[in-house]
Amino acid sequence: MESATIDQIIDKHRGEASSLIQIMLDIQGEHHWLPREALDRVSERLQVPMSRIKHIATFYKAFSLVPKGRHEVHVCMGTACHVRGAQRVLDTVQDLTGISPGETDPEMKFSLETVNCLGCCALGPVVELDGKHHGNIDPGQIATVLENCEQGKSQGPTTR
Amino acid sequence: MCRICSAETLEKTRQEIRLRSDPSTPCIAVCAGAGCLASGAAEVIAAFEVELESRGLTAAITTRGTGCPGFCERGPIVVIHPQEICYLQVKPADVAEIVATTLVDKQLVERLLYVDPATGSKITREADIPFYKNQQRNILGANSRIDSKSLDDYLAIDGYAALAKALLQMSPDQVLEEIKRSNLRGRGGGGFPVWRKWAESRNAADPTRYVIVNADEGDPGAFMDRALIEGNPHSILEGLIIGAYAVGAHQGFIYVRQEYPLAVENVNLAIRQAEKSGLLGNDILGSGFDFRVQVHKGAGAFVCGESSALMTALEGRAGEPRPKYIHTAVKGVWDKPSVLNNVETWANVPLIIHQSADWFAQFGTAGCKGTKIFSLVGKITNTGLVEVPMGVSLRQIVEQIGGGIPAGKRFKAVQTGGPSGGCIPASQLDLKVDFDELTKAGSMMGSGGMIVMDEDTCMVDIARYFLNFLQDESCGKCTPCREGIRQMLKVLNDITTGKGHEGDIELLEDLAATTIGASLCALGKSAPNPVLSTLKYFRHEYEEHIKNKNCPAYACKSLLAFNIDADKCKACGTCRRSCPAAAISGAKQQVHVVDQQKCTRCGTCFSVCPSAFGAVQRLSGAAAASVSATMTLAPEETG
Ligand SMILES: Cc1cc2nc3c(=O)[nH]c(=O)nc-3n(C[C@H](O)[C@H](O)[C@H](O)COP(=O)(O)O)c2cc1C
Repeated sequence: MESATIDQIIDKHRGEASSLIQIMLDIQGEHHWLPREALDRVSERLQVPMSRIKHIATFYKAFSLVPKGRHEVHVCMGTACHVRGAQRVLDTVQDLTGISPGETDPEMKFSLETVNCLGCCALGPVVELDGKHHGNIDPGQIATVLENCEQGKSQGPTTR
Repeated sequence: MCRICSAETLEKTRQEIRLRSDPSTPCIAVCAGAGCLASGAAEVIAAFEVELESRGLTAAITTRGTGCPGFCERGPIVVIHPQEICYLQVKPADVAEIVATTLVDKQLVERLLYVDPATGSKITREADIPFYKNQQRNILGANSRIDSKSLDDYLAIDGYAALAKALLQMSPDQVLEEIKRSNLRGRGGGGFPVWRKWAESRNAADPTRYVIVNADEGDPGAFMDRALIEGNPHSILEGLIIGAYAVGAHQGFIYVRQEYPLAVENVNLAIRQAEKSGLLGNDILGSGFDFRVQVHKGAGAFVCGESSALMTALEGRAGEPRPKYIHTAVKGVWDKPSVLNNVETWANVPLIIHQSADWFAQFGTAGCKGTKIFSLVGKITNTGLVEVPMGVSLRQIVEQIGGGIPAGKRFKAVQTGGPSGGCIPASQLDLKVDFDELTKAGSMMGSGGMIVMDEDTCMVDIARYFLNFLQDESCGKCTPCREGIRQMLKVLNDITTGKGHEGDIELLEDLAATTIGASLCALGKSAPNPVLSTLKYFRHEYEEHIKNKNCPAYACKSLLAFNIDADKCKACGTCRRSCPAAAISGAKQQVHVVDQQKCTRCGTCFSVCPSAFGAVQRLSGAAAASVSATMTLAPEETG
């Protein structure tokens, strides 16, 4: 990550230590993970010790200290999705990708995360793939959804 | 020079906006809330724009993306004004027909109307659909009347009139008194009287005070706060400014979770619009009152919804709760008096000031006034947001508004209060829903999540689900919460995977008592509720799991087996092709067989087997054990 980009983000928040979380969120949003050099720069500019930055980076779910795959798979585990079979959906995604939540496969193709409610409970169970919602999904459809994304064939939002 | 700097200019602006927008002009309102967007609303809006453009109708007909009206089940929702014709589940392919038939020829597109399942008749107007008709939409109603990105739209529906009244005609004490008379209680969970918190801050010695909106909405399955802040952000701002005036605060914060990008975007836009027009900043409406607002994105931690943790997070640190011997209303952010209220609480404030405490208090029960928005989700026909007066029965919500349980299944329970709440069984469906009645029933109101469960939901698994969530979200600072939840979860994991022992239930009760008694914050203190309430009403399910390794709801995978009944199988191949684990063998004219070793018990075969055949059997307990055993003994015969 360019240090100029990081400085821009820090400047946007006027370099204030109380904006630490907001700055880290912006870096995460821009870069999809938090590289060590970026955090070093933040630590230096805000005069905040690295221990506090690492505490925040591991306390909050939004941050990742490792790079992410090309495609981000989010399986909603909210209560509404849970009662509609989200666990079976997650199990199937895990079987097919060979990774568990929080992991990225060695080819850097998929990163898998569980999320606690995407707020579209009417569509549950829901899988979000690269920001696109796939609603009312059942385990039998997942292989197709995962295959399509690499070929850029991922169609519009699918409902029932 | 800002355009709104006094009560007169506010009213003048409002009149101008109303003159400009003739209410008889046709308008296509499409829900642009996150739920409808997920089902393709953006594509529908774009299709309308293209269609109107190509027919040269852009000047005569306006298109508007509105906030969420709540009927998410049938999204994307399109309402044609002024007739209020409501079309449901609209696809981009329907757009040309809607424009040609309804907007040009003034006819209905019958197939997109709501069909009343009770009578089979079609319903044209949005307000006549039973889902809406039985609600009291004091707060949510505005969502569908405005473009969530337009200050002008909010002004047109009397927006900021309450602010003008508070700042220019009332003293801070009078505002406080009006809120006290309304008996408004916090909508974020505890139901704490709003005026008391405000008064405590107002009376604190320190002159630097803060007011804060809690839009962390961590309860999985609740999304009313998102709908409000996305759909009508100015109403939250207006409430916050009025609160700040009453408390004597000049700086406010909106803590909103970053998982809600549209909410972050809309509320930031609203702040910029308000600043530009003079509704935020110095000398608001010429009253001499100064107030500014900053948005702080939450980085994903359930515990940060808790007041002291949220305030720590606002300071830019890891959001761990602290003991509250001194209330945050006295010592909050940076040790300054800080008033924290939930989004929906703030949304009520302008209504109370504008229409009076008496108006507000006509809704609700003796102890709980006003309305409450619930997110009705799970195994329910009409998923969505439901606003009803406090005191309406659960049965009315589930049956009348929610339309009951789909697919002919039986109602089992409704879970309220999120991870801190509990499950209420069918026998208590006539319970009147308010803060106090739900607590008496062993659950709680929480932020208003209402998850409906049917016969296929396992209550032990639900308890396990919530504890799993809470174990993940416990900040780990205090031992009773960190270890208590972990140990309870371990017992529940054992029970749901067939490793339960005699005595586990008593052990759970024991752990629960310690966790409740000794935890630092309400996360730990309420964490055992899902276990205790399911034990109270569904103890027999726990016993079945422990004694007979049987999951009566067929939900706990380790206790299940799927088997194909050779007499019923028609060898159609549907299950074989759908099986994600390729565990089903068979061919044309050849009965299909499940390989129990490959089977992951996902249940796909059971759900895809044509109901006319019903050949896939779902088994649990002894029957499941024996199927798994025989099949693994004789693999050659089946292969
Ligand atoms: C673990 C935990 C999570 C909470 N999460 C939220 C939340 O997401 N939103 C909310 O408004 N209140 C939440 N609360 C309640 C807040 O602590 C606080 O009581 C509330 O925001 C006060 O506002 P009210 O009086 O308007 O309800 C949570 C409490 C706890 C203990």
